[in-house]
Amino acid sequence: MAAILFLIETFSVSVGAGIFGALLGLGGGVILVPVLTLALGLDIHYAIGASIVSVIATSSGAAAAYLRDGVTNIRVGMFLEMATTTGAIFGAFVAGYIGGPGLFSVFGIVLLYSAYAMFRRRDAELPTGVAMGPLANFLRLGSSYYDTALNQHVTYNVRGARYGLPLMFVAGAVSGLLGIGSGVLKVPAMDIAMKLPMKVSTATSNLMIGVTAAASAGVYFVRGDVNPFIAAPVAMGVLIGATVGTRLMMRARSTLIRRVFIVVLVFVALQMLAKGVGIRF
Amino acid sequence: MSKVAQPIPTNNNDETMRIELFIARLLRWGVILSFSIVAIGIGAVILTGQTGYHQLRLDDLNSIVGFSGKPDFPNTLGDVLTGVLALKPYAIIALGLLVLIAIPVMRVAVSVIAFALERDWLYVAITAFVLMILVLSFVIGETGG
Repeated sequence: MAAILFLIETFSVSVGAGIFGALLGLGGGVILVPVLTLALGLDIHYAIGASIVSVIATSSGAAAAYLRDGVTNIRVGMFLEMATTTGAIFGAFVAGYIGGPGLFSVFGIVLLYSAYAMFRRRDAELPTGVAMGPLANFLRLGSSYYDTALNQHVTYNVRGARYGLPLMFVAGAVSGLLGIGSGVLKVPAMDIAMKLPMKVSTATSNLMIGVTAAASAGVYFVRGDVNPFIAAPVAMGVLIGATVGTRLMMRARSTLIRRVFIVVLVFVALQMLAKGVGIRF
Repeated sequence: MSKVAQPIPTNNNDETMRIELFIARLLRWGVILSFSIVAIGIGAVILTGQTGYHQLRLDDLNSIVGFSGKPDFPNTLGDVLTGVLALKPYAIIALGLLVLIAIPVMRVAVSVIAFALERDWLYVAITAFVLMILVLSFVIGETGG
């Protein structure tokens, strides 16, 4: 019966990963990979295969609800996906030439800086005093959504669209290079550089991460890294968790979501820095 | 230089909302379809004790999820489809997973059409570019790049 227990454990962890991922705009790999490898003793190949499935499940499960409720900014998402997908291909190409400890360290420092920049905005429930940038205006990126927690209709401007593309190119390249979900870079880029409301950033990140992951999922599938016995409870658990997570996100305050996100950022940053100096955990 | 605090009302909300609702519905049905197929597959594995590829020993976890480098489950589209026709439980799960992987790609493809129907040519171009890069990534992946 060890196998049935494994299914129940994997399913339960995946529900948690789905809730967390939908809430923060991440794929859930941050939770799933350590649990599957360290607690359940799976090989890293199967853990990463399961993680890719988790990213796509979170993305599609959460994006369905966020699009319906109008929180996702589909124009921002489509515009930035031009850069994330191109970056992902670039990352896959140069993976053989650059990489190693130095890259992990640099990335860890970038994440720590992102955490600091987001920490400075910790009390900002909604962005204020944002003028519409010229490129954002041309692309008609400004939009509005109904905030359930605040019980108000929030109309927002967007700026810094010209920084969005290079930042997302890097986010895509890093996910291809280091094999980590790029949600940890996408959300800060939209929050800090483009001044989108926090909820719009996480919802739009959720929409985007699925496309980036789908591009590489085929490779993992053919390579035989997607084990049905592992991927099935992961897919089902994450889809259910993501549905719950979207409800939580709609009701939560942006300040709370941002604070939880900062904690995750610091956690991933320390993980990257540890890898950079050769400590594995 | 004046700080603009008052957001500019957008004139494209109706159009955007139609597209968003349409795509939301596509994602929802795709997710339900994928979830159902995977559930049927894993249910069949548990109830019959068969995977269709190797003997399932429920008390020996390592024989199921141990990594050998040589997959004892379908890992190509052809294997999955022939396995599904033979009603092999693992192939049914894999089909559900392939549906899941296809959803984001379908979402981008449908967005191209949705923006075209709204005659929003700028976003038709943007979305078509994303779709092209996605297809390119699959081609590169296929050839082992």
